[in-house]
Amino acid sequence: MGWRPVSGQSPRWQATARLLRRTGFGATGPQIDAVSTQDWSVYLDRVLALDADGDPGAVATPRPTPVTPATPGSGTRAADLDAITLQLAQQMKDMTGWWVRRMVAVDEPIHEKLTLLWHNHFATSATKVPVAEWMGMQNQKLRTLKLGDFRTLALTMLTDAAMLYWLDGASNSVKKANENLSREFMELFALGHANGYTEVDVREGARALTGWGIGYGGQTAMAFSQFDSKPKTILGATGNFDHVGFCDVVLSQPQSAAFVAGKLWRQLASDQEASPAALSRFVAAYGPRRDLKALTKAILLDPEFTASTGSMVTAPIEWMVGVLRALKVPLDQQWLLDAILVALTVMRQRPFYPPDVNGWPHGQAWLSTTSTTARVWAAEKFSSMGDLSTVEDAAKDDRIDAAGYLLGVGAWTDRTVAALKDLVDDPKRLVAAAVNTPEYLTA
Amino acid sequence: MPDINRRKFLIAGAGVGAAGLLTGVVATTLPEMLEAGRERPQPAGTGILVIVTLYGGNDGINTVIPYTNNAYHDARPDLAYAPEEVLPLDAQFALNPAFGGLAGLWRSRRLAIVRGVGYPNPDRSHFRSMDIWQTASPKDPVPTGWIGRWLDAGGDDPLRAINVGAVLPLLAVGEKQVASALSDTIPRIPDGVADTLDALSQDDPRDTPAMAAVRRTYRASKITEPEFGRVVKGIDPTAASQSADEDSLESQLDLVARCVKAAVPTRVYMVSLGGFDTHADERGTQEDLLKKVDQALTPFLRDMRTNSFGKKLVVMVYSEFGRRVAANASQGTDHGSAGPVFLAGAPVKGGFYGDEPSLTDLNDGDLKITTDFRDIYHELLTKTLESDPVPSIGPGRRNVGFL
Repeated sequence: MGWRPVSGQSPRWQATARLLRRTGFGATGPQIDAVSTQDWSVYLDRVLALDADGDPGAVATPRPTPVTPATPGSGTRAADLDAITLQLAQQMKDMTGWWVRRMVAVDEPIHEKLTLLWHNHFATSATKVPVAEWMGMQNQKLRTLKLGDFRTLALTMLTDAAMLYWLDGASNSVKKANENLSREFMELFALGHANGYTEVDVREGARALTGWGIGYGGQTAMAFSQFDSKPKTILGATGNFDHVGFCDVVLSQPQSAAFVAGKLWRQLASDQEASPAALSRFVAAYGPRRDLKALTKAILLDPEFTASTGSMVTAPIEWMVGVLRALKVPLDQQWLLDAILVALTVMRQRPFYPPDVNGWPHGQAWLSTTSTTARVWAAEKFSSMGDLSTVEDAAKDDRIDAAGYLLGVGAWTDRTVAALKDLVDDPKRLVAAAVNTPEYLTA
Repeated sequence: MPDINRRKFLIAGAGVGAAGLLTGVVATTLPEMLEAGRERPQPAGTGILVIVTLYGGNDGINTVIPYTNNAYHDARPDLAYAPEEVLPLDAQFALNPAFGGLAGLWRSRRLAIVRGVGYPNPDRSHFRSMDIWQTASPKDPVPTGWIGRWLDAGGDDPLRAINVGAVLPLLAVGEKQVASALSDTIPRIPDGVADTLDALSQDDPRDTPAMAAVRRTYRASKITEPEFGRVVKGIDPTAASQSADEDSLESQLDLVARCVKAAVPTRVYMVSLGGFDTHADERGTQEDLLKKVDQALTPFLRDMRTNSFGKKLVVMVYSEFGRRVAANASQGTDHGSAGPVFLAGAPVKGGFYGDEPSLTDLNDGDLKITTDFRDIYHELLTKTLESDPVPSIGPGRRNVGFL
């Protein structure tokens, strides 16, 4: 028996539950038991050092490697164009379904969770990018580079096929610059809105990013004939900057580190801003090497991380994948995967489809009467398909605690216990209700 | 808390949203009021506002086209529409060819176009600029939207404003209240589960603010569920025909039409369409999007005009900014400033409002603003919603004259 009476789990257990829920998709009692007795720093060093692609769950769900159909020529018949459109749509649907399956399947979810958060940072959407191959390649780059140095990650994104297509970097030429990528890089990826740059910096930056194109297989390259090789003045520095020079000038701005750290804090820890003191600790960990692993660890080990428990509304993907993982719902049937993608679409958080380059909303934006309806539908569906033995095998009086153990909730409020009490005869309804409690919907 | 007060508090608290400061507030007459709302549908001829948000920055110059102006053709050599391609409104201006239905409305004097709309010191960030339009606060960022503040000022019924789609735009978020959200997909909440949510909706002293927000949503659901159950299809996602993309403007407005005709007591509906950020290959993309707007709005407006509940319904279509006068080299345009706002519906007096900004006397490559967007809100608040405009948009604004 891993659970105790309604009084709840120890503070240490509850804090560990929070750590695992924020760095994964839900968490279950046995997982929390295992980590709560360890030094968190040692635990994080171990899991962050794991090879994301070596995880048994990842090995079992290999990423699709779609072959993009050749670009149709100008004389292509309408029927053939339709066939290509359909093929591209199917490839993107397969890619989206794959990522959901991988998030559900992995043993250590921290790598998929961080990949999702960095997907949200460099938000790129398949609503515009038509090629699943490129979206899949970007996804893997985020997974590989999310714990390295931010400069490498940022440079990789500046020359990534999906990103170049998404922000029109592939149609930015010396003839006349296209500002989109330069503007959003400063505003949303590296500095923050109106945070020390001007419209002139945006336009000059765009000139440094000219000349890029996307080739077969999602390879990208800069064509010197399309590159603006005249000097540019960006953020006070003048030179014949290219994308590397642009990236370095932007990242060397002193406000960049706090922006990157603050954005990761809001994704990992809280819907509220970090305090100035905590932010300076994160900036120190990030350091001149722009070390994302050190930054990630610093946020998770900071006293303010634990103090911010219950401050964050669980986003739809976290919720959906968390329930699927906890209840071990088998995802081998296509109709179920399709239905999950529909439900995520209704809840407005389908992976690979952030609403715009600013990423998904957060916090109470996720709480609406429609999201409630979608969660109720999913909870009813999953609880009738999943493994509820932890709850079913418990005596009726212990079932609310058993549900907490199953779902990684260390303490229920009296109000929630009162609401769940009527359902202990029916484990399916009890679990379906438990995943819709304020305790499970916040972390 | 005695039972009777608890019940009153619950109903009073229903629909309270963002910051939720209602603890202890008891509105004694509210239960009866809401009961009456259920039993007595919204009277025919009530003013209703439908807000259509076009995300991404719609290119106003290629929507309401100065087709006889040489400066237009000079600034956009590859992007300008030739005079024979467009739908003329007068000797100077024409609509984009995708706006066939709206051109018909114009001819029957049912379409108002306010030109040069924006705010002082334009911000070229999508997100900041859209926040400005949605919060009606050009100077300082504020956490509430103009419809959210309208909700705050006018009672507790969560049905008064409805957003189609699960995620509420800032527009719909007030300090005390938020709009309800509506979707056609996903079956409605079964009765047994509704009872559980109702039980979960009561506050606990140990709740964090985020937990309290979850409970508030459940209080709102209790009121919206029976009403939504009358109008939504509630398709099960496991049905074989489901696709993840059923989210068109047409289906959003179809849902609005069903609510209006069912006399749901809602005064404001919010729908949206994204994708207007046309930095490259603009013509085809923008035409496709404008066609979606036209094909969704035209039948909707016809439907509303001939329905007794839609007689005083007004649609407003806006975007966060227009685009730069000069094209870029990718046959697109970068972020600009002023743009047109469209208003339609039976009470709307068709025609042009606001001065057209010059194409040659520019502000850093962008059109100069001639009409403040808050004046449009002022008229909609006072005439369509019959409300005091000050809580929503502050003092000192005036009507434009389209109603």
